[in-house]
Amino acid sequence: MTATIIPTQASNKKDTAPTQAAGTSRSRGRVSKPRRKVTLTVVLGFFAVLWLLPILGLLITSLRNPIDATTTGWWTVFGDFFGQDWTTRNFIDAFTNLDIGNNFLNSIAVAVPATILPIMFAAFAAYAFTFMDFKGKEIYFATIIGLLVVPIQVALVPILQGYVSLQKILGIQIVGTFPAAWIVHSAFALPLAIFILRNYMATLPVSLIEAALVDGASHFMIFWRLVVPLSVPALASFAIFQFLWVWNDYLTAYIFIGNENPVLTQALYNMLGQYAQGWQGVAAGSFITIAVPIAVFFSLQRYFVRGLTAGSVK
Amino acid sequence: MQVINALVSVIGGLAASFLVYLALNWVVGRFNQKWNARLLPYVFIAPVLVLISLFLLYPAVRTIVLSFYDASGTRFLGLENYAALFTSGDFLDVLLNNLLWILVVPAITVVIGLGIATFADQLGPIREKIFKSAIFFPMAISFVAAATIWRFVYMYSAPGQPQVGLLNAVFTGITGGEPVPWLTVSSGHLNSFLMMVAVIWLNAGFAMVLLSSAIKGVPIETVEASQIDGASGRQAFFQVIVPQIRGTIIAVFVTVLIGVMKIFDIVFAMTGGSYGTSVLGMEFINQLFNFGNPGKAAAVVTVLMVAVIPVMVYQVRSYRSQEELR
Repeated sequence: MTATIIPTQASNKKDTAPTQAAGTSRSRGRVSKPRRKVTLTVVLGFFAVLWLLPILGLLITSLRNPIDATTTGWWTVFGDFFGQDWTTRNFIDAFTNLDIGNNFLNSIAVAVPATILPIMFAAFAAYAFTFMDFKGKEIYFATIIGLLVVPIQVALVPILQGYVSLQKILGIQIVGTFPAAWIVHSAFALPLAIFILRNYMATLPVSLIEAALVDGASHFMIFWRLVVPLSVPALASFAIFQFLWVWNDYLTAYIFIGNENPVLTQALYNMLGQYAQGWQGVAAGSFITIAVPIAVFFSLQRYFVRGLTAGSVK
Repeated sequence: MQVINALVSVIGGLAASFLVYLALNWVVGRFNQKWNARLLPYVFIAPVLVLISLFLLYPAVRTIVLSFYDASGTRFLGLENYAALFTSGDFLDVLLNNLLWILVVPAITVVIGLGIATFADQLGPIREKIFKSAIFFPMAISFVAAATIWRFVYMYSAPGQPQVGLLNAVFTGITGGEPVPWLTVSSGHLNSFLMMVAVIWLNAGFAMVLLSSAIKGVPIETVEASQIDGASGRQAFFQVIVPQIRGTIIAVFVTVLIGVMKIFDIVFAMTGGSYGTSVLGMEFINQLFNFGNPGKAAAVVTVLMVAVIPVMVYQVRSYRSQEELR
């Protein structure tokens, strides 16, 4: 899961999600001859099958009974598709093995604030960077651009140590709680969020903001009543991106929350050790964990793609 | 109980952060207008500056400092951690692995993404939609789930046992040979390459989406003009389309590059870094948790940080030149 973090020069005015793409009728390649079209279809079809095959194998395996799954490959089901002894037992087992009820809630409890907090912080900052003048603005922003590429590992040890010593001073538990992970996720999301939001806000008409200022509106009012509502597309796309990122994260949750309140990715990792009892259980577990991100992704992909290309909006 | 717990912390956390802005705004509002205008921008960026300083900048500096200390963080070692790393064959292997990841994954991801974006564009809308959705599909899957999926593909059972892993079934079916425990084969870094396949599989959709939208933004007139001048499809592609989407190609390349430099989860969940597959991100966790040596872990990360600096410089520069065009 990645997002564009470099200013692009291309003029991507359209957001072209793959499933709604090709609205344009004229093709940019040479007008294809029928035979060429057949060749292309075969080649691309090959890639498409290749890409879906691993997921298909997972889905089929998750629905097979343990004996079948350990003695024959999943592709053999096509020999006798309806004669198979299909079962949903693996999903029921996975629910208990993964402790889905609790882990699902843990994932939500981590992902929701870790999505909303950075958006709020970043929106304020992006507003200041776009519509306000202050000393050192350029340097601050250049720093943020530079921080876009800093790997999260750089900060983990000192943050962990800081949390531990804070724990000793205050006498309250920090490591292992949700807020410990929220703050880390938020801080690391800020550079990208500010970058995307500022690029979007820069497209809003400055005259509108100036007119509101002349009319006596405060920056706070303009921000809430004018700029935030106008920036909803960019806010939404970043929200989707960040939610998926946090939901799919393993490292931060592993270090700062640990096994006290494991999120789904952790539960899945712990379950990986059980494949000796057959892959059907692991397959069902994986399928449950990827259901939410895939549902979020495909229902909102239009906004998501807009977010990916937002870096280049001018 | 869990639900209430989660709910309370979510609402509490959000409310607390919002109050920060309200409070700051109220304080600034006490000042006269001139000072208000001067201070207000800092109210808007203050929480961000504090968070970034406390959780990114300070820890980064602290990591560098830690890398000169021993495991307990009390005894100054100078460059000893680095000397130990760079004289160990294992760590040099780690660096080589990272280099291979960097050389292979971004380039192949961009080529596949660009190829599919270009060719799908030449087919009808229905086929374009189907093919692109298939490539797009893995994008929302976590590294851990992807690792699970690909471990299943590379699954090995002893000879004579039924092979339920796809690769071994195909391999034994075609060659008639013995099944291979793929993820343990380190000769020629085969196992690393097999893990790279999983990451390319995840990222190709991302590359395709961005490149596709860039290709569709290329003015059709420029392509038609080149064709009237007698350019072949290939010439039109390389000499008319590619130069116009160069910015997007670089952006996608760099984004995948950054992701690959710090790659961790996929190695962690597929081999745990054994069989000669470790990378910097994995080595960091190894040193930190398995060897309990934060000093050495910090040294590993500092190496990673140094490797990222050129990308960072490029990033800031391309932003600057972009701003001048605005």
